[in-house]
Amino acid sequence: MAGTRMPIAKAINEALRGAMEDDAKVLVMGEDVGKLGGVFRVTDGLQKDFGEDRVIDTPLAESGIVGTAIGLALSGYRPVVEIQFDGFVFPAYDQIVTQLAKMHARALGKVRVPVVIRIPYAGGIGAVEHHSESPETLFAHVAGLKCVSPSNAADAYWMMRQSIECDDPVIFFEPKRRYWDKAEVDTESTPGPLHGARIARQGSDLTLAAYGPMVKTCLEAANAAEEEGSSVEVVDMRSMSPIDFDTLQRSVERTGRLVVVHEAPVFLGTGSEVAARITERCFYHLEAPVLRVGGFHAPYPPARLEDEYLPGLDRVLDAVDRALAY
Amino acid sequence: MTVEGTAARSTPRRSSGGTGKRASAAKKASTTKSASAAKKKKTAAAPTEPQLVQLLTPEGERVEHPDYAIDPSPEELRGLYRDMVLTRRFDGEATALQRQGELGLWASLLGQEAAQIGSARALRDDDYVFPTYREHGVAWCRGVDPTNLLGMFRGVNNGGWDPNSNNFHLYTIVIGSQTLHATGYAMGVAKDGGDSAVVAYFGDGASSQGDVAEAFTFSAVYNAPVVFFCQNNQWAISEPAERQSRVPLYQRAAGYGFPGVRVDGNDVLACLAVTKAAVEHARSGQGPMLVEAFTYRMGAHTTADDPTRYRRAEERESWEAKDPIQRLRLLLEREKLVDQEFLDGVEEEADALAKRAREAVRAMPNPDSMAMFEHVYADGHSLVDEERSQYAEYLASFATEPESGAAAQGGK
Repeated sequence: MAGTRMPIAKAINEALRGAMEDDAKVLVMGEDVGKLGGVFRVTDGLQKDFGEDRVIDTPLAESGIVGTAIGLALSGYRPVVEIQFDGFVFPAYDQIVTQLAKMHARALGKVRVPVVIRIPYAGGIGAVEHHSESPETLFAHVAGLKCVSPSNAADAYWMMRQSIECDDPVIFFEPKRRYWDKAEVDTESTPGPLHGARIARQGSDLTLAAYGPMVKTCLEAANAAEEEGSSVEVVDMRSMSPIDFDTLQRSVERTGRLVVVHEAPVFLGTGSEVAARITERCFYHLEAPVLRVGGFHAPYPPARLEDEYLPGLDRVLDAVDRALAY
Repeated sequence: MTVEGTAARSTPRRSSGGTGKRASAAKKASTTKSASAAKKKKTAAAPTEPQLVQLLTPEGERVEHPDYAIDPSPEELRGLYRDMVLTRRFDGEATALQRQGELGLWASLLGQEAAQIGSARALRDDDYVFPTYREHGVAWCRGVDPTNLLGMFRGVNNGGWDPNSNNFHLYTIVIGSQTLHATGYAMGVAKDGGDSAVVAYFGDGASSQGDVAEAFTFSAVYNAPVVFFCQNNQWAISEPAERQSRVPLYQRAAGYGFPGVRVDGNDVLACLAVTKAAVEHARSGQGPMLVEAFTYRMGAHTTADDPTRYRRAEERESWEAKDPIQRLRLLLEREKLVDQEFLDGVEEEADALAKRAREAVRAMPNPDSMAMFEHVYADGHSLVDEERSQYAEYLASFATEPESGAAAQGGK
């Protein structure tokens, strides 16, 4: 398997398969994850190979899915739950926030609830309402949860393996519009830490920080900026809780400028937290205020407007120009 | 004729008059219904009501039920009596401790002793219980140190006992959430091939929660070995059970495809027998069962509540005549299964338990300032580490001040 080129969806599938092979307690559960293999085919073939007892098609009730996953975790299992689309997680929000996130602390560490919640998120696929949202801040804000989002197939594989091994609940945000982006995945390599950020591209004039689907956009923006004579570094944050501020700090200390990009609304988003922390840590290194590019304070628009709402190359470059103009 | 799109329709589809009529008709119907339901409820608790399983009348008479036979030994009967007396005494002490300012809050189980002791004594050690926050009698039967229950009400922890030492999960405050955890746990038990049963406790108010409905669905679909034990104590804070359901709660089970039964929740023998049957049903692979223990919350919802604002004293008095402890004592005395020495002994034990609770609460230390950072995560989290050390530094900055202040004073 070492060094195989595969898309993100397949990499997650391989990670689930590997985890299930290694640990009989790992379960996959969700709506349509069995015969269908999930609406994005991420769990394709798993039920055939591991049986209905381990790849569980659930009733169509998200709170029930997460609530029973908590019970299964308490009885020693490691459930990996699929929420079909970002906008459908909210019936389970109560279970995630009031129960899953707090149970370990409530029990003073005497129980663990290693549940992974997979959420295909973010836009760009021309979908109807509730299928394109980026709700990661609503989870990253909650103590007790960990939130991650891979941007490429290799990370998708390893971050899923690490999330399943983690004894804490992990909300795993999958960039659905990048599901079919391919990259080399080496399943024999040794991964870095789950919550460590990665320098995706080196540069010296400005740092672009992003995660999930926006990493690709930022890399394209950095290439475009290069043609215009600016050297832009791209940090793939990979984790929204915890955030690897150390890597961001080191980058900004070198470049002096930071623009944070995500699809989620800018207001009170991950970028706001990064801006505040980096300003505290790098005040004397900053040549410009930290800028944010993201969604607007409006419901995710109908698909014909999503290109306006989503940060694209031009809006990212506009922020880069503004930061460089200081 | 033109086909009119809904969006283009300029007049509302429903005339307001018609809606009004229907609404008022529905209202009328539901008023009549709830009035008759209320009447029904009165008789429902009476011994003649066929749908209510009863094995011990309020007068302490043993009665038989064709489906739920039970023949407890004198020792068992005395044990049930002792459990209920001790639980009630502990509960009363906790209420007093709240009044004295030692606890921030207490949720009393007064009146529900039979439902809790009867159901919990039907369980094996390997069974698993998911309680609400009022299951003090169940906790007692599971062997949880009663003083452990007081920590969260004093505000020194949010539970904190080890759920796995007594197979008794932490108290759950969000209404109904634990029914799904119980269902998931039961799914796990079934996957492991075990024959343990799982019991989810909840109340009449919780029966309205979506999580309870989903727990019913999941447990039925997966045939999970879970018993849903609903203590219908007639009141969800100020809202009567009629605000939660138009049908008796036990009948809800039928819609999900598993059995439901209503039991006299003030009859410890009936609760024991019915729960035993339900647990056996689960163990033997027949899936979930709903038990509705028809009981009464004799006290306030919690010490922060004032029931005189929403219910009449007469109602409470009518339930006093059905007291769960009194009826067992009448049986024990009539059958000469107890002597004064035993009864005095139980009272002494109860006093000792109350004293122990009192002393334990007063001796309960406040948690360390840094305790809130502990156990947020099992595998650690860099933000928690950062905030912990920053807060420790902040606290340490005060620690030096009194010293220098004292030194300065000394200098003077």
